[in-house]
Amino acid sequence: MLETRQLQFSYDSKSNLQFPDLTCAKGEQWLLLGQSGSGKTTLLHLLGGLLSPQKGNIKINDTDISILRGSALDHFRGQNIGIIFQTAHFVRALTVEENLLLAQQLAGNKQDKVLVHNFLQKLNLSHKLKSKPDELSVGEAQRVNVARALINNPSVILADEPTSALDDHNAEEVIQLLESQAKEANATLLIVTHDGRLKNYFKNQIQL
Amino acid sequence: MNILSLAWKNLTNRPLSMLLTLVLFALGVGLTSLLLLLNKQLTDKFEKNLAGVDIVVGAKGSPLQLILANMYHIDAPTGNISLQSAKPFLNPRHPLIKKSVPLSLGDSYKTYRIVGTLHDFLGLYNAEIAEGVLWNAPLETNIGATVAERTGLKIGTKFNSNHGLDENGGEHEEAAFKVVGILKPTGTVIDQLILTATQSIWAVHEHAQAELEGENAEHHAEIPPSVNPPNSTDLDDRTALLQADSTHQITSLLLQFKMRNVQTLNFQRNLNQNTDMQAATPALEINRLYEMMGVGEKALRALALLIIVVSGLSIFIALFNSLKERKYELALMRVMGAGRSRLFLLIVCEGILLSIMGFCIGIALSHGSMQVLAKYMSDAYRYSFSGWMWLTEEWYLLVGAVIIGFLAAVIPAWSAYRQDISRTLSK
Repeated sequence: MLETRQLQFSYDSKSNLQFPDLTCAKGEQWLLLGQSGSGKTTLLHLLGGLLSPQKGNIKINDTDISILRGSALDHFRGQNIGIIFQTAHFVRALTVEENLLLAQQLAGNKQDKVLVHNFLQKLNLSHKLKSKPDELSVGEAQRVNVARALINNPSVILADEPTSALDDHNAEEVIQLLESQAKEANATLLIVTHDGRLKNYFKNQIQL
Repeated sequence: MNILSLAWKNLTNRPLSMLLTLVLFALGVGLTSLLLLLNKQLTDKFEKNLAGVDIVVGAKGSPLQLILANMYHIDAPTGNISLQSAKPFLNPRHPLIKKSVPLSLGDSYKTYRIVGTLHDFLGLYNAEIAEGVLWNAPLETNIGATVAERTGLKIGTKFNSNHGLDENGGEHEEAAFKVVGILKPTGTVIDQLILTATQSIWAVHEHAQAELEGENAEHHAEIPPSVNPPNSTDLDDRTALLQADSTHQITSLLLQFKMRNVQTLNFQRNLNQNTDMQAATPALEINRLYEMMGVGEKALRALALLIIVVSGLSIFIALFNSLKERKYELALMRVMGAGRSRLFLLIVCEGILLSIMGFCIGIALSHGSMQVLAKYMSDAYRYSFSGWMWLTEEWYLLVGAVIIGFLAAVIPAWSAYRQDISRTLSK
């Protein structure tokens, strides 16, 4: 589960972002809507432990991540949070398979080739196993991106504009993938977006 | 997918940039190592062949030339001296001299020098007979191990010498030398020499001389009567030489003193001032030679160091540039759970991996080219060189290479460590 209380963050002394309290139970799927500049990405980075809040706290599975620091925070993120960014980036020197194995290793898990293969098969990506990231189409890349975020079975999945760079067809595919995989893993899914196409898929919505 | 294989894959993903860095690094390391190898083997050669000789006495001329010709057998002799003037030093009862060995140079066989001398010559280099016996009559020879190997001469083989020290001299057809013994390899210049009695050289030359003057037109290997053969009356070869006709000539004398003191200094000065001979000290002349060569070697060493520094710089630039491109993926690794220190380690690994690879290629290059050079140098320097020797200094070179790889990587690694991942990822 995911819970925030009185979260505040400021990049400099002039602007101060205040966020509404969130409470997302385990397995729930939420859509966070807002225009550019409303602090969507900042909120997502706070939730993912990429930024530390000036005030307030964030609880993920009974751990207050706002007080975690350094490698403890990195480790917690690797273990519990899967993050999907707007554009898919990978370690370019590695193949799709190796990127997923790296994700397992960096999270502190065993490198499990069988699991990786099964996972990619489920996402219809088996044929891309040995491809370099550069050789993937945008849609494929975003699906691999989802695969990487989910490979370690995180309890919270955060997605930052996962569909805004995709056409309707690919957007639908990716969003269905996210939805079904999150459900299967019983993970809390939080999607930050200004993409109107997604409104129909999720009933839990918050407007920033 | 551990950190080392990730570093390796990151490097090989940019093969051209890696190649440039490696070539530079390998050149720097290779040149340094080659200089070390050459220097070590040349120094060894000069020192091994000093053979405890205190001074060399020969005809006037360049003292360095006298040493090079008579100790190392790589230069032409300065000329001859008369046996008459050499006899006092050959006398075993000379108060200052522990050991004296006469040399007569001038002939060769397939570029290997024939040296007319006494059996005591072997003692200078701790040489021993491997096969056969010591020479005991005129025109009998003992050959060094390298000579045996390269020319195929065997015990009992007869051969004609060439006049002069290269293959261009005319052949002495009339008096054939005969191999009676082969020496064990010593690692010194004696391996490359053909040894015989002093009288053999006289025999060959006086015969040729006589022929030239038309006094003796017969073509057979006859010992001229003026040469009294060694051991003809069961005398040892030194006594025989002392009793020989004083009009004969030799090329030089190698002398060991009983001790070095004011008397020996005076002896040397007296010889240089009051006779038509000169005395040169091998150690002194070789040091002079080092000093002359040293400038060039220092310049090359500085150049090699410069190349290594530049290649360190190129590692730095290569890593720094790649980091700009890889900012996002490094941030991503943090998102996936990698701590800052792991990124730092990754970049440092890449730097050190580059420098170690460069080192290995450089070492392979230097030893390979040393092996190629060795063939040519063995002929030119009368000494066996090899590419397959390893120096302690090369370990220092490895340590230096790792340090350079680390230093070149440390700034890029630090910037990866310091990276603000939220800012990078929101761009």
